[in-house]
Amino acid sequence: MSPYLRAMTAILGREALRFLTQRERFLAALVRPLVWLLVFAAGFRAALGLSITPPYQTYITYEVYIVPGLVAMILLFNAMQSALSLVYDREMGSMRLLLTAPLPRWWLLFCKLLAGVLVSILQAYAFLAIAYFYGIRLPPMGYVWVLPALLIAGMMLGAVGLFLASTIRQLENFAGVMNFVIFPVFFLSTALYPLWRMAESSTLLRDICAWNPFTHAVELIRFALYLRLNLEALGWVALTFAVFMGLALWGFDPARGMMNRKTR
Amino acid sequence: MDALEVADLSFRYGRKEALKSVSFHVASGEFCALLGPNGAGKSTLFALLTRLFVARQGRIAVMGQDLQAAPRAALAQMGVVFQQMTLDLDLSVARNLAYFGALHGLSRRDAALRATEVLERLDMAERAGEKARDLNGGHRRRLEIARALMHRPRLLLLDEPTVGLDARSRAAITTHVHGLARDDGLAVLWATHLVDEVTPSDTVLILHQGQILQRGRAQDIAPEHGLAAHFMALTEEPAA
Repeated sequence: MSPYLRAMTAILGREALRFLTQRERFLAALVRPLVWLLVFAAGFRAALGLSITPPYQTYITYEVYIVPGLVAMILLFNAMQSALSLVYDREMGSMRLLLTAPLPRWWLLFCKLLAGVLVSILQAYAFLAIAYFYGIRLPPMGYVWVLPALLIAGMMLGAVGLFLASTIRQLENFAGVMNFVIFPVFFLSTALYPLWRMAESSTLLRDICAWNPFTHAVELIRFALYLRLNLEALGWVALTFAVFMGLALWGFDPARGMMNRKTR
Repeated sequence: MDALEVADLSFRYGRKEALKSVSFHVASGEFCALLGPNGAGKSTLFALLTRLFVARQGRIAVMGQDLQAAPRAALAQMGVVFQQMTLDLDLSVARNLAYFGALHGLSRRDAALRATEVLERLDMAERAGEKARDLNGGHRRRLEIARALMHRPRLLLLDEPTVGLDARSRAAITTHVHGLARDDGLAVLWATHLVDEVTPSDTVLILHQGQILQRGRAQDIAPEHGLAAHFMALTEEPAA
């Protein structure tokens, strides 16, 4: 096995072990979308009627509409959680240990990112299973088709988190950033309402949502769950991943990035 | 060939100059104590030596490998113990070592064999199955040293490794690391502000305000009043 794969296996294995020993974190990550699905969506069902829009071929209930957005929400919160743990690891020193391994830094960061995304995907599937028993039935093959969509959307959101982690010097600054990132990104997207609904209240809001990369992550997942490929969403997600991964690598590059700033 | 060669190294945080044209070398088998008061620049120097930071001026070479030009080759020759503890507390001693071994390209089998060796070397063989969380401070440090030795480095860097430990643990760790330099021919750079960790035959580097003030054998540089008094006099801050 090459040193690259050996390091990747070790980093993924470590994350898996951490995941197994922190079951509370797993459950906590599920509670949030479940509250949205079981409480919020149930309450809005009567108020929000949804017309037939792709990828749906018939009228759907609000609970059905909201599921892809809540799956993306799991990825989003986990990406930020991973970024927070990166900042913590850097302050506590274990990130230093990782970065002194004799492998390219981009590879180490990529492995770290992938490990976080795989854990998120497990959580997304656990949520989809609960949603199934709640009565949200998706095409059976949709559960398979959505896997690559979850992977690329998770990588995009993870790259955003990695970039944030590279710019934030101290743990206590992270909470503020989380609020400024997570909530606007989530609410200004198609996770909760379709774009045409947004346009009814404000075209500016609709345009902002249309530009939001998280919207494209949600749509990529939504279409994949119904066995369809949304090429535009895939393009935007891939582009956003490339940009933020590049910025994150720049941020973690000891020669050019922000690593050279002293923590005060 | 020197295990570590530092030439004309400078570094600034914005306008503040943290290191000013620092040059020194550490030979194989040499125990070099980097003495400096708090804020002298020791941690910055360590960050540069481990490539967490990159200096825009100066050169660092490990076993002849330039850290800037060939970082992977240089890092592969280096074992590091950071000032802050970097163990995964949820993992066992053996798993901590296996994880690090894998990061350095060791196969699972080689890592297990090497882990047994290094744990025996540091008198920790019987603790292989214990969780890192259950170890006391001294044993956690020993585990970190064992981990730093997993990939058979030729240079061992330790940044204030005895901070927060009791006298017995400190003595045990300094004895172990001196043994690694003496018996295994390992080059050791040991940063500290505690003069009593230095033995007379050690090489001493005194770093103050980002500059190397003195380099020499401990027994030679302060034969009259002792190293502690000499260090205090050299690094005394002017009265405000």
